[in-house]
Amino acid sequence: MLRYAVKRILSAIPLLLVISLLIFMFIHLIPGDPARIIAGKEATSYEIENVREQLGLNEPLLKQYGIYMAGLLTLDLGNSIRNGATVFDTIAPRFVPTIQLTLLAMLWATLLGTLLGIMAAVRRGKTLDYVSMIIAISGISAPSFWLGLMLIQLFCVKLGWLPVSGLTTWKSYILPSFTMGCGVMAIIARFTRSSMLENLKEDYIRTARAKGLGEFFVILRHAYKNSLIQVVTVTGLQIGGLLTGSVMAETVFSINGLGRLLVDSIGFRDYKVVQALLLFFSLEYIVINLIVDLLYGVLDPKVRYD
Amino acid sequence: MAERLLDVTGLTTTFRTGKKTSVTAVNNVTFSLDRGEILGLVGESGCGKSVTSLSIMGLFEDTAGKVASGSIVFDGEDLTKLTTKQMRSIRGKRISMIFQNPMSSLNSCMRVEAQLIEAIRLHNDVSKSEARQRASKMLSAVGIPDPEQTLRSYPHQLSGGMSQRVMIAMALCCEPEMMIADEPTTALDVTIQAQILELMKDIRSRNNTSILLITHDLGVVAEMCSRALVMYAGRIVEEASVEELFASPIHPYTVGLIASVPKLGSGVTSLPSIPGSVPDLSAMPQGCKFAPRCKYAQAVCRQTEPELAPVPGGNGRKCRCHLFGKEEGKEAQA
Repeated sequence: MLRYAVKRILSAIPLLLVISLLIFMFIHLIPGDPARIIAGKEATSYEIENVREQLGLNEPLLKQYGIYMAGLLTLDLGNSIRNGATVFDTIAPRFVPTIQLTLLAMLWATLLGTLLGIMAAVRRGKTLDYVSMIIAISGISAPSFWLGLMLIQLFCVKLGWLPVSGLTTWKSYILPSFTMGCGVMAIIARFTRSSMLENLKEDYIRTARAKGLGEFFVILRHAYKNSLIQVVTVTGLQIGGLLTGSVMAETVFSINGLGRLLVDSIGFRDYKVVQALLLFFSLEYIVINLIVDLLYGVLDPKVRYD
Repeated sequence: MAERLLDVTGLTTTFRTGKKTSVTAVNNVTFSLDRGEILGLVGESGCGKSVTSLSIMGLFEDTAGKVASGSIVFDGEDLTKLTTKQMRSIRGKRISMIFQNPMSSLNSCMRVEAQLIEAIRLHNDVSKSEARQRASKMLSAVGIPDPEQTLRSYPHQLSGGMSQRVMIAMALCCEPEMMIADEPTTALDVTIQAQILELMKDIRSRNNTSILLITHDLGVVAEMCSRALVMYAGRIVEEASVEELFASPIHPYTVGLIASVPKLGSGVTSLPSIPGSVPDLSAMPQGCKFAPRCKYAQAVCRQTEPELAPVPGGNGRKCRCHLFGKEEGKEAQA
C-alpha cells in the first residue's frame, strides 16, 4: 500500500507538468491585453508599453514559460499584478473561508445524500423513494448562482433571518454551504440509491436474512457497506468539484475566499494569481483521487495494490 | 415412527405482478418432513421449488411474493402466523438455509470470521472470542483443513467447494433442527459435489438434522433422499419413496424426467426429452398443467385438474393424474 502511494505520488509529477503548461497557455489565450487593463483605460500607449516591460510580457512566450516554471520549482509564484504582494500572501488568507465552506457543504451533503439514497433504495417504488429522488433531481437541476440568489431573496430579504453576505456569525455559513452542497448531495443520493439497489439484489443479502438478521443490519452492515465503494468514488470527485464550485457561492454571497479571488483575478488579468489558483485546484483534485484510490483497498478486499 | 418436524398444508404462494394482478408460483402444496429425514424436492427450473423453500423461511423481503393461504407448521408452530420478529428468531437458529451459488452467497466485503461470528452471536449470548472459537470448531466439523486460515480469509480467496463448506458451517452454527439446501451442489464441479453431499449426509446422521434438499438433479436425489416430491408448475405431481420413484414412476412427467437421465451402457444414442416447455405462470392451461406436454392426455385432462391422490397399495405414495396410479400397478411407460 505504501509503495503504491509513493508510486502514485511520483506519477503525479508529470501530470502536474502538463497541467502547468496548459494553465500557462490558457491565460495567454484569454482575450484582452493584461498590460492594457492594468494600466487603465486612460493610459497612453507609452504607459502600456511600460507596464508590459515591467511584467516581462515582452519576452518571447517560451522564455516566459521558462521563467514561470523556474519560479514554480523554487516555489516562487511571483507577485500579484494587482496589488504587488506575493501570490502566496494573496492566496493564503483566502484559504480558510473556502475550506470551511467546502467541509461544511461536504458534511451535510454526504450525510443527507447517503440518508436519502438509502431510504429511496429501501422503499423503492414507494412515496419516500419518489420524494427523495425529486429532492435529488431538484438539487442537480438548480444552478447554484440561481439557488443562492433565491435563498438570499427568501431568507435574507423577505424573512430577514440570515445575513446576506460575508462570514461573520455561524448563521452566515448556512446559506453559502447549503448552496454549495445541493448538487453534491443530489449526486450522492442518486449514486447511493442505485448502488444500494444493485447490492440489495445480491445473494449474500438473502444469506444475511436467512441467518435471521434484522433488516436494519442487513441494510447497513451488508448492503450499505458494499455500496460504499461506488459512493466513495463519487464523493471524492465531488469534493474536488466543491472547491472549484466555491466560485459561484462566494461570488453570490460576497465571501472573500479562493473562488471569488479567482473570479476577481481573471477580471483583472492578474494571471500570476490565476495560474497559482488553477494549479492549486488541479493539485487538490489529484490528491483527492489518490485518497479515493487508497480507500478502495480498505473498502474492497479484492483490490490489491501491485 | 419418526417424529414429525414440518407439516406444510395447502401452501399457496403468489407474486404480485401489477396493481390487481398476481401469479401463483406455488399452488396448494402439501408435504411433511420427519426429524432426521432427507426429503428431495425435484423439478425443472421455475416449477416453484425455490419459492416453496422461501415460503418456509418467510424470505419475501424485497419481492412482491407472499404466502396467500395454507399453513407451515414447524414443531407445532404455524410459521405463517408468526410476526417478523418471531420469524427472525427461527431463521438461522432452528431452520437454516444454504444456496446454489456459494461464492455470491457470502458477503465479499466481510471476512469469513465476521460472517460466522455474526450468525453465532445473533442467536446465542456469547462473547466475540467464544463465538470465534465456535466458528473455528464449525469449520473443522465441515472438513476445512485449516480453520484459522479460513476464518481470516475473504470469500474471494476461497474455492467454490470451500465457500459452500463455509456456508454449511454458517447454517449449522446454531444447531438448527432443519436445513433447507437449495441446489447446494449445482454450481460445484462433480468431485466437490460428491464431497458436499457426503458432508450433508454426515451432518444428518450426527445431529439428526432434517434436510429439505431442493434439486433438479435426479442423481442427487437417488444418492441422498429417502423420499422425494416431484414438482411441476407449482404443484406436487408425485410423492414417493426414492426406490419406488425410480423403479416405477407413475406420473407421465416423472417418467419423462427419469427417462431423460442418461444411463451408461443403455445403447441409446439420442436422449429422450419431454416435448414443449413449462407453462407460463400467468397463462396456465386449464385442467392438468402437464396435459399440453403429455402424450397420454385425453379430454378429461384438459378440462379438470386432477387431485394429488394416494396410490392404492402405494404406502404413502401419491400421484396427481387422471389416468395413472388409480389402480394398483398401473404406470405410464415411456
